Amino acid sequence: MNSILQFFILLPLLGFLVSLFIPGHKENLLSKTTFGIVGLHMISFQIFLLYWLWNGHPTLNLKEITLFKTTGYEFFVDFYFDKITATYLFVGSLLTFLVTIYSRYYLHRETGYKRFFNTILFFYLGYNITIFSGNLETLFMGWEVLGISSFLLIAFYRDRYLPVKNAVKVFSIYRVGDVGLILAMWMSHHLFHENITFLKLNNVELVHEHLQGHSWIGIFISLMILISAAAKSAQLPFSTWLPRAMEGPTPSSAIFYGSLSVHMGVFILLRTFPFWEYQLSVRILIGLLGLTTSLVTTGIARVQSSVKSQIAYASIAQIGIIFIEVAAGFEYLALFHFAGNAFLRTYQLLVSPSVVSYQIREQFYNFIPHKQAAKDSLPKKLEYSLYMLCLQEWNLDSFMYRYLWNPIKWAGKKLGYLTTPKVLRFFIPAYIAGALLFYYEEYVPSELHDYLPLLFSIIGLLMVLKSFTERIHARMSWILVILNHFWVALSISFNEHFEFKHTLLYLSGIAVFGMFGYFILRMLKSREGSIDLDQFRGYSYKHPKLAFAFLLACLGVSGFPITPTFVGEDLIFTHIHEDQVLLALFTALSFIIDGLAIMRIYARVFLGPHVKSVYEMAYRSS
Amino acid sequence: MKVSETIFNEHEVLHELKHYLPAQAPLMDFVHHNTLHAFQNLKFDNAIYSASAKLGYRVSLSLQEYRAFYASGRINDKVLERIIMQHRGVDQVSEWKAKLLTGQYHRQHPRIGALRNSWKREYKIDLDSLVHPLLFRILCSYLDQGISMWNFPVWNKGLIASLREMERGSFTSFFRRSRARKFLLGGQADMKFLLNLLVGDESLYKQYLFDQQFAHQGWSGMVSAVEDQPQTLLDHKKISLHDLITFELLMEIDALDSQFGENWLPLSKVMQIRPVDLFADVPVTELDEVTTLWQAAFEWTYYDEVLKGLQSSKKEVNQPASTSFQSLFCIDDRSCSFRRYLENVDPNCETFGTPGFFGVEFFFQPDHGKFYTKLCPAPVTPKYLIKEVGVRRKRKKDVHFTKNTHSLFRGWLIAQTLGFWSAFQLFLNIFKPSVSPAMASSFRHMEKESQLTIENKTLLHRENDLQIGFTIPEMITRVEGLLRSIGLVKDFAPLIYVIGHGSSSVNNPHYAAYDCGACSGRAGSVNSRVICHMANHPSVRTALRARGIDIPVTTQFVGGLHDTTRDEIMFFDEDSLSPANKINHRVHEEVFLRALDLNAKERSRRFESIDTNLSPEEIHEKIRVRSVSLFEPRPELNHATNSLCVIGRRSLTKHLFLDRRSFLNSFDYRVDPEGDYLFTILKAAAPVCGGINLEYFFSRVDNQKLGAGTKLPHNVMGLFGVANGIDGDLRPGLPSQMIEVHDPVRLLMIVEHFPEVVLKAIQKSSETYEWFINEWVHLVVMHPVTNEFYHFKEGAFSKYIILKEQIEAVDDFTHLLESHTENIPVHLIA
Repeated sequence: MNSILQFFILLPLLGFLVSLFIPGHKENLLSKTTFGIVGLHMISFQIFLLYWLWNGHPTLNLKEITLFKTTGYEFFVDFYFDKITATYLFVGSLLTFLVTIYSRYYLHRETGYKRFFNTILFFYLGYNITIFSGNLETLFMGWEVLGISSFLLIAFYRDRYLPVKNAVKVFSIYRVGDVGLILAMWMSHHLFHENITFLKLNNVELVHEHLQGHSWIGIFISLMILISAAAKSAQLPFSTWLPRAMEGPTPSSAIFYGSLSVHMGVFILLRTFPFWEYQLSVRILIGLLGLTTSLVTTGIARVQSSVKSQIAYASIAQIGIIFIEVAAGFEYLALFHFAGNAFLRTYQLLVSPSVVSYQIREQFYNFIPHKQAAKDSLPKKLEYSLYMLCLQEWNLDSFMYRYLWNPIKWAGKKLGYLTTPKVLRFFIPAYIAGALLFYYEEYVPSELHDYLPLLFSIIGLLMVLKSFTERIHARMSWILVILNHFWVALSISFNEHFEFKHTLLYLSGIAVFGMFGYFILRMLKSREGSIDLDQFRGYSYKHPKLAFAFLLACLGVSGFPITPTFVGEDLIFTHIHEDQVLLALFTALSFIIDGLAIMRIYARVFLGPHVKSVYEMAYRSS
Repeated sequence: MKVSETIFNEHEVLHELKHYLPAQAPLMDFVHHNTLHAFQNLKFDNAIYSASAKLGYRVSLSLQEYRAFYASGRINDKVLERIIMQHRGVDQVSEWKAKLLTGQYHRQHPRIGALRNSWKREYKIDLDSLVHPLLFRILCSYLDQGISMWNFPVWNKGLIASLREMERGSFTSFFRRSRARKFLLGGQADMKFLLNLLVGDESLYKQYLFDQQFAHQGWSGMVSAVEDQPQTLLDHKKISLHDLITFELLMEIDALDSQFGENWLPLSKVMQIRPVDLFADVPVTELDEVTTLWQAAFEWTYYDEVLKGLQSSKKEVNQPASTSFQSLFCIDDRSCSFRRYLENVDPNCETFGTPGFFGVEFFFQPDHGKFYTKLCPAPVTPKYLIKEVGVRRKRKKDVHFTKNTHSLFRGWLIAQTLGFWSAFQLFLNIFKPSVSPAMASSFRHMEKESQLTIENKTLLHRENDLQIGFTIPEMITRVEGLLRSIGLVKDFAPLIYVIGHGSSSVNNPHYAAYDCGACSGRAGSVNSRVICHMANHPSVRTALRARGIDIPVTTQFVGGLHDTTRDEIMFFDEDSLSPANKINHRVHEEVFLRALDLNAKERSRRFESIDTNLSPEEIHEKIRVRSVSLFEPRPELNHATNSLCVIGRRSLTKHLFLDRRSFLNSFDYRVDPEGDYLFTILKAAAPVCGGINLEYFFSRVDNQKLGAGTKLPHNVMGLFGVANGIDGDLRPGLPSQMIEVHDPVRLLMIVEHFPEVVLKAIQKSSETYEWFINEWVHLVVMHPVTNEFYHFKEGAFSKYIILKEQIEAVDDFTHLLESHTENIPVHLIA
């Protein structure tokens, strides 16, 4: 029964690849392929489900393929199936199937019809990889696909300003979640000395044995998982991204942000539950987070005067309760609640345009003018305050700015004096010096040697900071992103001795896609003149093919699972020791900002209103 | 826009701003109007280029589109050359033709926003993204009609006063810093004072405010519309543009304070270059001239063909010995094909067109309704009230729309119970769409079985300053006016139908735009019932007889409603028919049903999801399913492709296939030799049909700025508007799904009468005259005796020579319908 699991991954993958090659004007073929694939997937799963239940619903695990193996390290793709996967797949396949049929008519004649169905299939692929994943590495792969497809769906109307701005915003929150996951993976390597599968996590003794004497490591891993879950499920303090993700066509908002995407945080909690089951403090923390979120967001939901944001906040509040249920160990209740909430919100979003005729009719027949208390009083003062806080979403957005983005921007601005020649003038000698040091490592005094990894990783971090905050030069920003990886490679090389091919594995994808991306930017610059980053330039309007090619380059450079770099990134982390928190933090940070800087370049250059067609574009505010 | 004064006059500037902002009312009261109404005092061409250069709108198709039309023959070469000749002179033809066909042009950057852009240039601050999200959210919550569960705590004092009260009595604040808040609380929120802080140069205030408000023209337009017509929100809200601007200025000061402290300099002090004056005259560019020629050639290629058709049409129709029935419809372009099919199925019937409120103007109160609904053209304010009584049916509810699903604990219960029901509902809705409470249904506008208070018993019978029902003399005037204006004064058939229209759709926030425009965006059922009741009244009949309109006692009027989306019909008060007429009616009903099937088939040629080759009955069923499908963004195409308005006898158009593109208003010049009724018709037809036409025109040429863009991502705001996402500006205008098949041509109005009479009629009122003299609507008169055409231009009529040589004739246009999805040229029906 195990080997059938791969079928559920390969089918959407196949569908996605096929859909890429269907010409855009063949609406019918595109939509039929999509719902055909999703439908086949759903039906075969339902048959499998019956068979599985009939056979006493055993937990299945399939070690699919080992991508890389070396002494003490093995990167393998692993699939897993149990009741959690079953529930998520049941809900996910049903909703995706219904919504693809729905969109088949709804999107008729829309520009981007093909893009829409491509992205849906891509999303569905990521969804399946995630819910079938048998270890954190596989899960992370799916996680990345979900992040990119979300970005693409939110920025579906890429010629307008707000969808693009919000897509970048959501992507950056997702990226924060990714840090959590990377650090959790890093630490669990050191805890278990292997890429542990979820199957093994079910073994209470094993987990208990490893955690003994390392309880802070356990707590660290759990916290990182929680950050990643909270970001993905829009819990505090990340909640404001969810309503802002509702920029795409209504059916895509309904299925992704109403139901599937937003419940992935719950999924990862359910999946890792055996790991933190005996960490009482973590369970209390998760419960408290859920409780606070549900209270705060219920308040925000109550003051929303637009129908989609109201549904979004109401949904977050329910997910808060699901967090409590998971923390309390009510697994079945949580799964049940997830399914109900997903169905309800999807349907509510799909019928949301009807709210006008329905509610106006209700108002017409049942209106009672509301009254207002006349006197000033303390309860009234509290009422006003609470109302105003809820309307401002408890200032969560500015909170994120103040404590997360502004420090990064501040740091980047301090590097404002750097220009491409200056950077190169510094980088080349410095890197050569670093490489020489590495070559003659035995002559390096050991006091200095210990600090070198940290030093180099800080240089790398500075590179991406500069890249992320660069306001003008797109190509320099791009180069800095790539250079960052070279510094990371150098830094880790000093940290631990390992084979050169690890470095090669890590840098290969980056170098190839980096050059590819640079070439595209140069070509665009020579054709269009300015590609500066000070505003959205929207060149996808005129150069959709270049935009797609550059997106591929971005994915390659950001370590997306289409290049060996993906494995390399994970590998690099295993060479950071569990006591090198700072090094891990810097490296993780530079990965995160690196991803952000890359998507920012893509968004600024290719998305948004086309600067040269002012008359064809919508208002910035619309 | 006038030349800007050096001294800022707040009152004047506000007035002017309101004039330029979009005038669209909340969704419930959606009425079509000229999107560029503010420029209507200028000639069309000057107006649109001025609007374009100042406000950044696209106002025509692109040169590539025109050139493609020319290449495909949709712009005729002969017409093009004649247009160039008329505009540029004979010797310039080849030179201008070359410019039209191959010239390369660029548009300048629009002027709007240039001044306020200096914030970004000089201060590197993006004020819009710091101010807009919260500002929009506050406005939306303040105006909200019933989405939020927790209403704006203070709402009845006006925006500024309400905010002041909340700021005063709260532990928190909408402001980031203290200065702006102090201004608000201390009453220092005078517009001039704030502008002085922000801009500093009085001569720039006006332009600054235009920049600021046009950065979110949707919200500003809504505020301005609600300020002028508070009744357009059922839950009244007191708000003014003045308050919006004041608050926005405060928020801008606050945003600047939060970035730079309190010591930043006003914009005029740091600005390096003074932007172009927004209000200065706009010079005409060669691109404008080229576009004008293309647009004229595009329009006249089509008009020329239509005029040829009208001329070739058989004028004298052999009148049948006896007319089986007569039927009145709305002038709406959607009635065009329905009438053709009725006449086709029953050649002995006769049809008429007239504005769909049928000359009776009143407010309507449905049984148990808490409000009144206006049922007449939007500019009219009626003095009458018609009440519906005796409704037994209950309204169905849908729990998915209840607010309980959004609260915490009830939401918890509902998600785990109803949630699973939702999945089932969704499944049903996709595989077997059916009627649901979520739907806006034309037949539910008034219940068939209900009674109406049509007749006024005593003048004291009043409610809220409205007279309940009409008195007999009031009825007589209205019935006589209606019959004379359409020329139906003799040869009455035993049954005369008066058919209003409405539409049904689901998941459609713009539902009101699909209903009858002459009934303020409602279904016309009540009006049809009311006028029939009047016309059947014995006292009215007696009085009419005395005035020369002798309606036989056996003749009865029957009201009805045509659902233009579902192609269904409903008749009212059939019980009051005489036994003989009951029998007749049953026969006619079959005729109506058959015509509806055929009409559905004709409409289906535009719908890709329906195979037009199927039988009319099969197609009709699919059309009905379509109207209740959640996933169908085009339940019907509404007024798309409208382009003509024919005012004259039916015999002019009866043998023409006009492809549902024409408003048809019945009128007999012989009944109205002085043009008195003609004046009344034109007074209504120009703004109503012209308004519809121009809204489609501008939403089509600039769907992003003048239209609402695609409706797929729309989010309903406060029940009164739509926006993209949650932080977006409101999107007035029509969504792309409504206009994508529309050809942007101005309305051609064709009147059958003597030119001198028509000239007198259009000059009677300056408002009506403006439409024609400024060329927002084209006017051609058909001489009833010589059959020649006269085109109205520069205040006079001149003879029009038709270029088109021949119009094709078809016996049966079914094949034509089945093989074409695009516009079909005018054909003669043999």
